[in-house]
Amino acid sequence: MAAVADTKAVESPQRTARPGRAKSFPVWRWVILLVAAVYFLIPLWSALRFAGIKALGSVVSQAGFTDALWLSVRLAIVTTVITIALMLPTAVYVHLRLPKVRRLLEGITILPIVIPPVVLSVGVLQVAPGFLKSTPYVLALMYVILAMPFAYRAIDAGLRALDLKTVVEASNSLGAGWITTLFRVVLPNLTTALLSATVLTVALVLGEFTMASLFLYQTFPVWIVVFDQTSGQISVAASLLALFVTWLFLMAITVIGTRRGRRTGRGQVTLFTVARQETRGSE
Amino acid sequence: MTTNTAPDAATGGETRRTAQTQGTSLVLRNLSRAFGATRALDGLSIDIASGELVALLGPSGCGKTTALRIVAGFESADTGSVLVDGKDISRVPAAKRDMGMVFQSYSLFPNMNALDNVGFGLRMRKLGSAQRRKRAGELLDMVGLAPQAKQFPHQLSGGQQQRVALARALAIEPRVLLLDEPLSALDAKVRLQLREQIRTLQQRLGTTTMFVTHDQEEALSMADRVGVMRRGNLEQIAAPDELYDHPATAFVAEFVGIMNRIPAELAGSGMVTCVSCTVPVRGDSVSDLGGDGAVDVLVRPEGLTMEVAQNGNGIVTTRTFLGSVTRVGVLLSGDVTVQIDKPSAETAALAPGTSVSVTLPMDPVLVAPRS
Repeated sequence: MAAVADTKAVESPQRTARPGRAKSFPVWRWVILLVAAVYFLIPLWSALRFAGIKALGSVVSQAGFTDALWLSVRLAIVTTVITIALMLPTAVYVHLRLPKVRRLLEGITILPIVIPPVVLSVGVLQVAPGFLKSTPYVLALMYVILAMPFAYRAIDAGLRALDLKTVVEASNSLGAGWITTLFRVVLPNLTTALLSATVLTVALVLGEFTMASLFLYQTFPVWIVVFDQTSGQISVAASLLALFVTWLFLMAITVIGTRRGRRTGRGQVTLFTVARQETRGSE
Repeated sequence: MTTNTAPDAATGGETRRTAQTQGTSLVLRNLSRAFGATRALDGLSIDIASGELVALLGPSGCGKTTALRIVAGFESADTGSVLVDGKDISRVPAAKRDMGMVFQSYSLFPNMNALDNVGFGLRMRKLGSAQRRKRAGELLDMVGLAPQAKQFPHQLSGGQQQRVALARALAIEPRVLLLDEPLSALDAKVRLQLREQIRTLQQRLGTTTMFVTHDQEEALSMADRVGVMRRGNLEQIAAPDELYDHPATAFVAEFVGIMNRIPAELAGSGMVTCVSCTVPVRGDSVSDLGGDGAVDVLVRPEGLTMEVAQNGNGIVTTRTFLGSVTRVGVLLSGDVTVQIDKPSAETAALAPGTSVSVTLPMDPVLVAPRS
């Protein structure tokens, strides 16, 4: 029911706003847009000027590039898998059986934002299994904690939009057991939320510098900083490339999510979909 | 934790057979359930005959929804049992109870269109895709939504969604149909239509149905019998007219329909004096009275008579036209306002401010301790 009300609430203002916008796009909007564009695009353009187009092409062949990127990608995959494997069942369980704990859980998941990374990493080292401590995957354990606030929020918003309890009970009453319900009813309706959680987690892992450099692992961001001492141009080119690839990735997910959303009526899907549902839910 | 990948030979096969014969009796035996300190159910017992529609009516928190959820298998009772065709199903998980349920909030699966929603239960029962689609199509047709088969829930109106939900619940040929305030989220007109549609379908299919609602009009108009609940137990269960005409307790009397409460004095030998009339007390109402003689008479708006009279015992305050009857509000001495129904044709002279004389006919009345 909440979902129905939500889509209506979202759609109607858009409908009324669209014709107005088409007629007159106020000047001050152009001004704001221009200022923002200057702020965001000039550094990028300068970076591109500094690095040169050629540098972009030669990034890939630089020593250590492939290893660093591959390490970051592996960490991103492992972190995402652990995060979702932990967060999805927890969020589903809390929604179904312990609704009172939801606030508490929200509070707990926000802790990684206020606790300094160094403290977190020391904490993780205390409890991490020994065989992981000597491998870079110990970073994944820390990233799971860092990603928790974002991943949990994304999944929680998806669950709220679904009216999980009713849907699960309906599925049960029609003869579906728990596993069938999870795979046929719950997960198909959470794809957007899971995509959002994945994007946020991957973006976080691909950009994390502090912990990786603290533990002396050369992830992609660390490599960029280190390589800066060898060739500033190549390092900047690598940054640009990373930015572009991440952007492509986000766009791809937005497009996929929107296509699905159009079919099942969730409307357009962006990373902001999550934020919007969340603020409404907490009203 | 059960999945439907391997159908349970014992319960699965048997339920299929009974579902086809239709007409399943449902018995709630002495159900109790406490949530912390609150007793949601306190020894509730109801017998529902096969093919019967029983509505559970009561204020929020009276335990009616808990009772329904225990029957569905979503809650478990602390004590007591649920019998379907004489067999205790308390230990059978919800997924294997073969009970169709329609929920208060929209419960369609957002990722499936109407047809797939209706076919979901059949899919769980391993019906082939062609057969499933055919059966689901028939059911959508039955609720008048065949043209909407390919639409997704968000493209359907609230009333349409609930009709699909009804079709989905009926598709599995449930032994018992459970309705948890399915109409409360809809607007008045749609509610009325759907109310009739549910009742017609239920009678045609002969599905034993338990219906929970807080809307007395809904309960009285749809059910074979209405059970009025209060504090986790049945106050009275009876046919709608019986419930309206002969409420067993003051609570039922005031919960069902409009009821006037007028201060009165017991006059001895089973009589009571009220608005200067002395009338007999209904036999079944005397027992729960206090000893001091101060009581209230409970009487329906159509149970009071009035005439325009100089220096009468009341003054007309309001007049509400309800179609064939007009409900007139009259202020009696002692600051008591009563509602009196009169045929609309006879109310022309009853403008607010008119002095009237209100009387009680000589029929036995229900009496309750003064509140």
